[in-house]
Amino acid sequence: MDALRFIGKRLLLMIPILIGISILTFAISNTIPGDPARLILGPKATPEGLEALREDMGLNDPLYVQYGNYMAGIFQGDLGKSTYSQRPVVDDLLRYSPATFELTMFAMFITLVVGIPFGVISASRKDRIADQFTRIFALIGVAMPAFWLGLLLLLFFYLKLGVLPGSGRLDGGMSPPEYITGMYTVDALLTGNWPVLYAAVMHMILPGITLAAVTVGMITRMTRSSMLTVLQSDYIRTAFAKGAPENRVLYGHALRNGIMPVITLLGMAFGHALGGSVLVEAVFSWPGLGQYAVNAINYLDFPAVMGVTLLIAVMFIIVNLIVDTLYFFIDPRLKHN
Amino acid sequence: MALLEVTNLKQHFTTKKGFLGEKTIVKAVDGVSITIDEGKTLGVVGESGCGKSSLGRSILRLVEPTEGSIKFEGEEIVGMSAKRMKELRKEMQIVFQDPYASLNPRRTVRQILEAPLIIHGVGDKRERKELIENLSGKIGLRKEQLSNYPHEFSGGQRQRIGIARALALNPKLIIADEPVSALDVSVQSQVLNLMLELQQEMNLSYMFISHDLSVVQHISDKVAVMYLGKIVEIADVGKVYDTPMHPYTQALLSALPVPDPTRVRSRIILQGDLPSPSNPPTGCTFHTRCPMATKECAEIVPPLEEKAPGHFAACIHV
Amino acid sequence: MVRRVTSSPLTMLGLFIVLIILIAALFAPAIATHSPTEVDLVSKLEAPSAEHYFGTDEVGRDIYSRIVYGTRISLRIGLLVVLIAFPIGTILGAIAGYAGGRIDQVIMRITDIFLSFPGIILAMSIAAALGPSIDNVMLALAATWWPWYTRIVRSSVMSIKHSEFIEASRALGANPFRILFKEVIPNSIAPATIQASLDLGFVILSAAGLSFIGLGAQPPSPEWGAMLSNSREILREAWWAATFPGLAILFTVLGFNLLGDGLNDLMDPKQR
Repeated sequence: MDALRFIGKRLLLMIPILIGISILTFAISNTIPGDPARLILGPKATPEGLEALREDMGLNDPLYVQYGNYMAGIFQGDLGKSTYSQRPVVDDLLRYSPATFELTMFAMFITLVVGIPFGVISASRKDRIADQFTRIFALIGVAMPAFWLGLLLLLFFYLKLGVLPGSGRLDGGMSPPEYITGMYTVDALLTGNWPVLYAAVMHMILPGITLAAVTVGMITRMTRSSMLTVLQSDYIRTAFAKGAPENRVLYGHALRNGIMPVITLLGMAFGHALGGSVLVEAVFSWPGLGQYAVNAINYLDFPAVMGVTLLIAVMFIIVNLIVDTLYFFIDPRLKHN
Repeated sequence: MALLEVTNLKQHFTTKKGFLGEKTIVKAVDGVSITIDEGKTLGVVGESGCGKSSLGRSILRLVEPTEGSIKFEGEEIVGMSAKRMKELRKEMQIVFQDPYASLNPRRTVRQILEAPLIIHGVGDKRERKELIENLSGKIGLRKEQLSNYPHEFSGGQRQRIGIARALALNPKLIIADEPVSALDVSVQSQVLNLMLELQQEMNLSYMFISHDLSVVQHISDKVAVMYLGKIVEIADVGKVYDTPMHPYTQALLSALPVPDPTRVRSRIILQGDLPSPSNPPTGCTFHTRCPMATKECAEIVPPLEEKAPGHFAACIHV
Repeated sequence: MVRRVTSSPLTMLGLFIVLIILIAALFAPAIATHSPTEVDLVSKLEAPSAEHYFGTDEVGRDIYSRIVYGTRISLRIGLLVVLIAFPIGTILGAIAGYAGGRIDQVIMRITDIFLSFPGIILAMSIAAALGPSIDNVMLALAATWWPWYTRIVRSSVMSIKHSEFIEASRALGANPFRILFKEVIPNSIAPATIQASLDLGFVILSAAGLSFIGLGAQPPSPEWGAMLSNSREILREAWWAATFPGLAILFTVLGFNLLGDGLNDLMDPKQR
């Protein structure tokens, strides 16, 4: 009941944010320099022709009417037509988003599996070699230009050693698994297509590591500082004093409390990974939203850019909602308040 | 005519709790009437949370009063225009409790003391400089110290600076909200004596808010005792301290050390804690802790009545 | 205070890096060995050597000299973006925190909306709308960065707005404008200032990213992100073209981060 109320409240709070996002994206769309009608008709257009097209496109309507039309379009799944792919933007987004989602989730998986243990070890060995190493590693991770790390990894593991594939989601000539979720690893797993699963995982390693570098740094630092606070608390010192095994105290008692601030950071880390995917996909020719957006930018394909922006913002909001809900279930204090 | 005349002043706060915003009303000041005469001091005593600070802030309209009337030299200031109010602020000033929090840490003493003059457009730069130096002399500060920052001073010195700021515009009334409670006992008397000297010199009126009964006794002409937003007893200082009428006043005074050992005063220990002002007891709000409480006390709200000439108390058993 | 800065090796390292970048930017012509833009096809794709410390690119430009001149571009972006975003964010945050009520609600909801986009994505779409150029990237980054300062300043204003010195100012009859600028803001911008010093690095990083995808600096500008973008074409032949500009970004961001962290520790001695 409490949980339902909490989630319901969060959903209600999302509405004004979503409206705000739509207004902001609409405002950005309207700052495009130049006249879209002229862009379409080209330099030889007659004034009459331009005027007719403007009228037709609703460009002569007052702004609020234009916004209304824009919103109506969004609700009907109409985000305009991509001038580059010549397809409806929504179709393109549906086609490209599974790849981005798969890569981002993989990066978040790496982030958690690496970041949290690193943070715990660093905190429990404060100021010793392991801690110093982890701190420097995390510092560099946070300051790392991900797209550059991608280039270096590509240079070394693909061009130099040739042990990992360098671009795309599958080996050349391989056909994707049967479409279920659009995420190749998941679909290959579900259909039992092992060669494709292997190839899909291998292809994700480099871009995944690249995308995770920054978020690993963020999560490691947060875990460390949060664990340091927890480890100084009386009940942990009591547990150690009673002679409880170190790992049980660290990962059992301490982490359960130390993880809370880390969870609040997860949503932000996910958003960072989503944003970073734009750059990383460009490096690895990963056919996702980022690659699509970069192409769109180069072809001045504005509806496509706005479509990606809107979609990523909505994904980010939903992830934050999930993180908040998770927090609610983990932190017992919130339930009684 | 009294300098300040406050009638039936109420200061209620609404606080929202929870998502759906269940409102609770806190009656910090609940129907207080007082007067302060020119050159005199009214002491206001009570436990923390009794609303005495809210009363002071309400009179200065630092928080807007909910109800009631505040007349300064006969002029109503509740609902007064912002422009006139600004002018009147020259006449009534405040000195705060915490000398560490009441001075902007990023401004020099000179800037702090000059602010009131700038705000009210007093004099030009040179005149202001003279005024400030004159003022700092009054509170025993050397000229060179004016360019120092607040953290370079002791608590007592800071409180003097706070007083100087309040005096910069030559006010008639100073509301002093626990002005010495944050200071060491040795410094307290210095500041109190300074306040008394300045009162003589500038014919100031004080409203002196404190929880410390001996300090209030020392400085006041008249004393008001507050409990949960209401005045329970008010009279000249001698009457309140020698013949306290309200059981609450008696309990407070019984805790004071007695200077004359032959006068035995038995200590009255109050039961329980101060009730929450958001949910005050019915009837006489003091009945939950009163040693003399009877059944009627939970029902009847006792009016503040003149029980002896010039001596008012709010208790049905007196 | 000075002793506490010098006693932290990491903060000193940060300071050192930032100083190097400042010097490189100020004295670029003296420090660079070649012209940053001059094409020299004879010596194209040369590996690092005594003549070309960091090698040359596909048209023979000296990468070391380009990186040295690139500090000017990056520093300018970092400083200008922060100089635009910081005052806007600070003033809005101070107004929101001090005024409270409806004004606070409106400002903070707008802030929330901006923050509900991953920063780089919002900057990308604004820059794309304005058209690819370095100035537009700066505007776009400033437009996405200010809400952070608004949040930070608002929360520190909330913590001091009931301070007695602010009440004292109200009791004196000061107008809200004076209270805001003389009392509230000077006492609540310290945390935001530290954030700004950290942000210098992150702004530079983001701008390089946007240039990398073709939105910011355009060739032949020696901007680090644009250089990296360019290096993709010659990745197989010239590892140096991809390596050194990225190192320059990494060190710059690291320098500002270390310095910012050090300042942060100074303000809050408990956090270590």
